[in-house]
Amino acid sequence: MNLLEIINLKVSINNKKIIKGLDLIVNEGEIHAIMGPNGTGKSTLASVIAGRDVFEVTDGSVKYKGKDLLGLPVEDRSREGIFLGFQYPVEIPGVSMTNFMKTAVDEHRKYKGLPQLSASDFLKLMEEKKKMVEIHSNLTNRSVNEGFSGGEKKRNEIFQMAMLEPTLAILDETDSGLDIDALKIVANGVNKLRRKDNAFIIITHYQRLLDYIVPDFVHVLFEGRIAKSGGKELALELESKGYDWIKQEQENL
Amino acid sequence: MKPSTLVPTKEQLIGLFEQYKNEICTNDIPFISSLRNDALKSFADIGFPTQDIEEWKSTNLKNSLIPEYNFYFSPFEENVDVDKIFRCEIHNFETYLFTQLNGWYVYRHSPITELPNGVIVGSFASAMKSYPELFDKHYGKIANIGKNGLTALNTAFAQDGIFIFVPDNVSIEKPIQMVNIVNSNENLFIQPRNLIILGKNSKLTFVYCDDSIKHKNSFINACSEIFLDENAELDFYKMQNKDSLSTVITSTFYYQEKNSRLHSNTLTFNGGVIRNESHVALAGSGSDAKVYGLYLMDKEQHVDNQIYIDHIAPETTSYEQFKGIIDDNASAVFNGHIHVYRDAQKTQAFQSNKNILLTDTAHVSTKPFLEIYADDVKCSHGATVGQLDPEALFYLKSRGICDRNARMLLLYAFAGEIANKIAIDVLRERIDGMIVKRLKGELSICDQCVLHCKEKDIINFEIDMSKI
Repeated sequence: MNLLEIINLKVSINNKKIIKGLDLIVNEGEIHAIMGPNGTGKSTLASVIAGRDVFEVTDGSVKYKGKDLLGLPVEDRSREGIFLGFQYPVEIPGVSMTNFMKTAVDEHRKYKGLPQLSASDFLKLMEEKKKMVEIHSNLTNRSVNEGFSGGEKKRNEIFQMAMLEPTLAILDETDSGLDIDALKIVANGVNKLRRKDNAFIIITHYQRLLDYIVPDFVHVLFEGRIAKSGGKELALELESKGYDWIKQEQENL
Repeated sequence: MKPSTLVPTKEQLIGLFEQYKNEICTNDIPFISSLRNDALKSFADIGFPTQDIEEWKSTNLKNSLIPEYNFYFSPFEENVDVDKIFRCEIHNFETYLFTQLNGWYVYRHSPITELPNGVIVGSFASAMKSYPELFDKHYGKIANIGKNGLTALNTAFAQDGIFIFVPDNVSIEKPIQMVNIVNSNENLFIQPRNLIILGKNSKLTFVYCDDSIKHKNSFINACSEIFLDENAELDFYKMQNKDSLSTVITSTFYYQEKNSRLHSNTLTFNGGVIRNESHVALAGSGSDAKVYGLYLMDKEQHVDNQIYIDHIAPETTSYEQFKGIIDDNASAVFNGHIHVYRDAQKTQAFQSNKNILLTDTAHVSTKPFLEIYADDVKCSHGATVGQLDPEALFYLKSRGICDRNARMLLLYAFAGEIANKIAIDVLRERIDGMIVKRLKGELSICDQCVLHCKEKDIINFEIDMSKI
């Protein structure tokens, strides 16, 4: 059974077609990179998998662990192991990182029938995961993403991912706006969390991140479809040649 | 004594005053009696406020004035043991606790308590006789009977309430707490009157709790005059958790001398019709007023906060922040009026009112009003009415948090901004708990006071706010 199986997915927003028949299969243990020019539907794909309801799926199916994903509420997708690393993490004044994560972890555990973590065990877990993504500040008193720098926000996404230990993580341009040090920290976090039984979809514009997170597959998304798939060498080719040749190839088809 | 029972129309009340004049004036020193006559005349002219008056446009007292109410002109429950009715159960909340029952100050040991540091706390009725010079100087000086019918009515009829005097250079660390209980099997019309005087360089924390125990109609028309002498500091917390048959009008008048500092925080959890008027006169240079408020209303409840800040002297500062969450068919009104006098240069005034409407039928009316006659001032105001941020909701839910808890986290964060301004730790934690409970819809069924919940630990929000 595939972990994620997307067949002929078509997605619109306000009657505008964004994804126009996309197929993608992701299995446990794999890292997939999705690349492509702006406005080709990369973030839309991530949002649809995570369950953002502004998008309308007009055709196709998305199966996760063999079950229909599109019917699941957002929170259940998370509890089932899907994680979206936001391109633009939301600032939520007044909600502390600790309360946020405690609530999330508790609800995940409840869903799995596990007992709640004690406050001290929870704090230990936080400390451990903070170290992994090199967050040094005290998150207890900080509101979710409020006043975080761009790099901190992205590291915070990886931190949340580490806390929730997803089966399928989708990182939506987590590398954009990061300097090389922050990039390494983010990549390092992903590599540490990588297991045989989980998978990652890395959405990125640049080859750069893929120097640190080595993908098993690279897909080029173009005008709402996967125009080309290949191994990690495809990313290098894109880096040197740009996207125009893919456009050309598409037009010649 | 038997009560007088009537529907409170203007004519009936005027007649009532004439009929019971002797009882009403029993404790009076002479000028107070004459002030009553003036106030009654004023009430006869103005009457109850109606929606024709701009300041009352969004609050309708009509339904509150339909039932028959009982009026008492002397305490009718002698020797009552209030401890049996009420016990404040905030853990470790140490206060000097005083009580009013159905509008009458409960004597306990004596009508007037003098604390070792010279602070006087007592019944308004007794203090009038014991400290005529303090009354002479302060009473009726700032509560405007010429403009507001309800203040006039209170001034005509007022017989009891709390009196506090803090001498110069005295700071009371332990808060003084007044619990105003309405516990009656009858409909009651109550008009408490409070006078609070802070001397130079003095400091007072005052916690005032309005609560009702039995479900009967009550109309409370309370009026307070509060004086802050030079460099005095007052922390004033007002908690309102009334049943839906209550009408509560509080008119609070502050007069601030040079460099005095006011911090007030009004927390409204439940009530039928609630109207809180605060009139702040920043009369001395360097005086500062911080006026905060939070209201969490649902069902058919109505709350109206009216804040009038007069910047009379130069270099005065004010900061107003009110937030509200309105559910079901409830409605809220905020009116923030900042008046900067011509001589009040270097005034700084900031005002903010933010509301979240949870349903299509909830209603908010918010109106900032700035009247500025000085040219060198900094004033700003802002008002918002909105729903919860859908992006934030999605973010929380995408981490596995259910819709209900995601909303709770956001609402709690919204309300918490006001609760966080409470300087007393135990009180703030308690109020935090109350907010969570209120947001979960559990508080409105609680017919005890805001600070009185027997099952202290039934709050079982997924997150323990206090321990992390």
